[in-house]
Amino acid sequence: MARTRLTQNQRKGRMGILFLAPWLIGFILLFALPIGESLRYSLSQLEMTTEGMSMNFIGFDNFQAAFTQHPSYNRVLTEAVIDMVVNVPLIIFFSLFSATLLNQKFRGRGLARAIFFLPVILASGALLGVEGGDILQNVMQSANSQQGDSMSLLKSFELERMLIESGANESIVSYLTDAVNRIYEIISRSGVQILIFLAGLQSISPSLYEAAKIEGATGYEAFWKITFPMISPLILTNVIYTVIDAFSSSQMTVLIQDTAFRTFQFGLSSAMSWIYFLCISIILFIMYSLISRKVFYYD
Amino acid sequence: MEPMQQKSVTAVNRSAWLTRFMTGFLWKLVRLVLLVGISYVILYPIILKISIAFKDKQDLYNKTVVWIPKNFTLDNFKLVLQVIDYPKVLLNTVLLSGGTMILQMITCALAGYAFAKLKFKGSNLLFILVVFTILVPPQTIMVPTYALYKNFDIFGIIELFTGKPGINLIGTYWPFIISSGLAMGLKTGLFIYIFRQFFRGIPKEIEEAAYMDGAGILTTFLRVMLPNAVPAIVTVMLFAFVWQWNDTYFSTLVLINPDLMSAKVATVAGQIASYLATEAGMVTSTGNIDPFYLSMLSNTLILLAILPLVVMYFFAQRYFVESVERTGLVG
Repeated sequence: MARTRLTQNQRKGRMGILFLAPWLIGFILLFALPIGESLRYSLSQLEMTTEGMSMNFIGFDNFQAAFTQHPSYNRVLTEAVIDMVVNVPLIIFFSLFSATLLNQKFRGRGLARAIFFLPVILASGALLGVEGGDILQNVMQSANSQQGDSMSLLKSFELERMLIESGANESIVSYLTDAVNRIYEIISRSGVQILIFLAGLQSISPSLYEAAKIEGATGYEAFWKITFPMISPLILTNVIYTVIDAFSSSQMTVLIQDTAFRTFQFGLSSAMSWIYFLCISIILFIMYSLISRKVFYYD
Repeated sequence: MEPMQQKSVTAVNRSAWLTRFMTGFLWKLVRLVLLVGISYVILYPIILKISIAFKDKQDLYNKTVVWIPKNFTLDNFKLVLQVIDYPKVLLNTVLLSGGTMILQMITCALAGYAFAKLKFKGSNLLFILVVFTILVPPQTIMVPTYALYKNFDIFGIIELFTGKPGINLIGTYWPFIISSGLAMGLKTGLFIYIFRQFFRGIPKEIEEAAYMDGAGILTTFLRVMLPNAVPAIVTVMLFAFVWQWNDTYFSTLVLINPDLMSAKVATVAGQIASYLATEAGMVTSTGNIDPFYLSMLSNTLILLAILPLVVMYFFAQRYFVESVERTGLVG
């Protein structure tokens, strides 16, 4: 009995390796080797010669050049990092809120869900980038809020004044009003996150809520004591997704690509992307350690 | 005495009922406002594009026209279709997105199943590497990837036989096939993750019952596990298709002048400008083109580019949303 069991496991293991083979080859060929190569590039001076490329090891000069010589690298990097730090909490909060909203029963829920997930298919990559710089759209937008400037200023200015007068912290107020102004960006980037949260909400067993109701918990309490802990692992998943999703829309991408293929500074471009990667890793690590302390695992 | 007490009790009941009704009603109202508001924000750009696309050129300067065009016309569409070979671009994009979708689905399902059910020594370590591939920005390996496809060679085998340093695959569709066939395409790590989570959620008993009935591992996977994994498959297919459709990073990297929808959208302004310039008889200068008119045309093209996706989404949406809810996307 024990022997057959073992062979079955062995057979499974062998099949497992076979199933993994395409991925494994791909990983080595298309990921591990290129990433090693990229590290080498970032430490070298690359030059195009008649018989291909020549590479001289120059240590950390490229990294230094990115920070000290490149005209816009520092600014773009800070912007990308700040953008990430500012947007991630907003997107997480908004998507959690929308998911709870969409999880309730009401008429027209199917339609509401269909609309809320539309950004999943529309808001990735090129289309968003094109939208931002469109003249006609901007003109129509400002023409739409009829009184022109006064109207569009009003929208968050009034809110800001009200909140500051009510004694709220100024930096928090400006963060919130900023969020209101960028509502389109936030909404269009939280499609997948809403989806993930909604899936999580659906998987919470209704018996938990029933028990809480019998014990006399209000809806508010039920949210914080049941819903929130149960989907807290997903907050982590969503943070990671949001961060990697920002790669494609970041200005950094354009800069790295241009440095490589417009000005042909391959070494510099690799160094830039490594710095970017390190920054992201640090952000992710901090977020991970902050969140994982609060995360609750059911099993 | 008695009836009065009874009366007050019903009054209390009624007022409690009234407050509950009121809060319920208020919440419904707030919810409605929020839902409508957010839906409006999401739909606004699309509605705007539709409105722009059907407008005539003279409506642009007419102050009374904001949303509904006064001179309803299809000229914009006609002109855009003249500049761009829309059917060809559409066919290319559909074939490419569909092809990579199927390849990615196969390889990711295999890998996900292996990570979930066919464990061997070190497979957990390999899974950590999968997560690592998700986290590394694709730009980090951009230059080596380009170099790789420029002189494509599998561990030096091709050079050994032909004596040349690999094959140039830049400008062909091979990089897409290779990368998705080897599960290293766009965000492919995420798909492996989805499949693994899903297969992990399928009870062991089902698998064991299949083995008891004499099915081999491959048969179990194909006949028992895959039919159960339809939600995960649908989710992965939709994501793979849509992300490939919208991608500009990889397609501009490996194709020289991509005839793909997303790339066309990104570069269309210049093309339309030069088309209009030659139409008007100007050979070199494109400065005289009205930027508003140009923008109107590129909006029309964007609408045309997203139209197939939206149509597909509205057919697949119901199924898709249900599937995602049943997928193991949940950690």
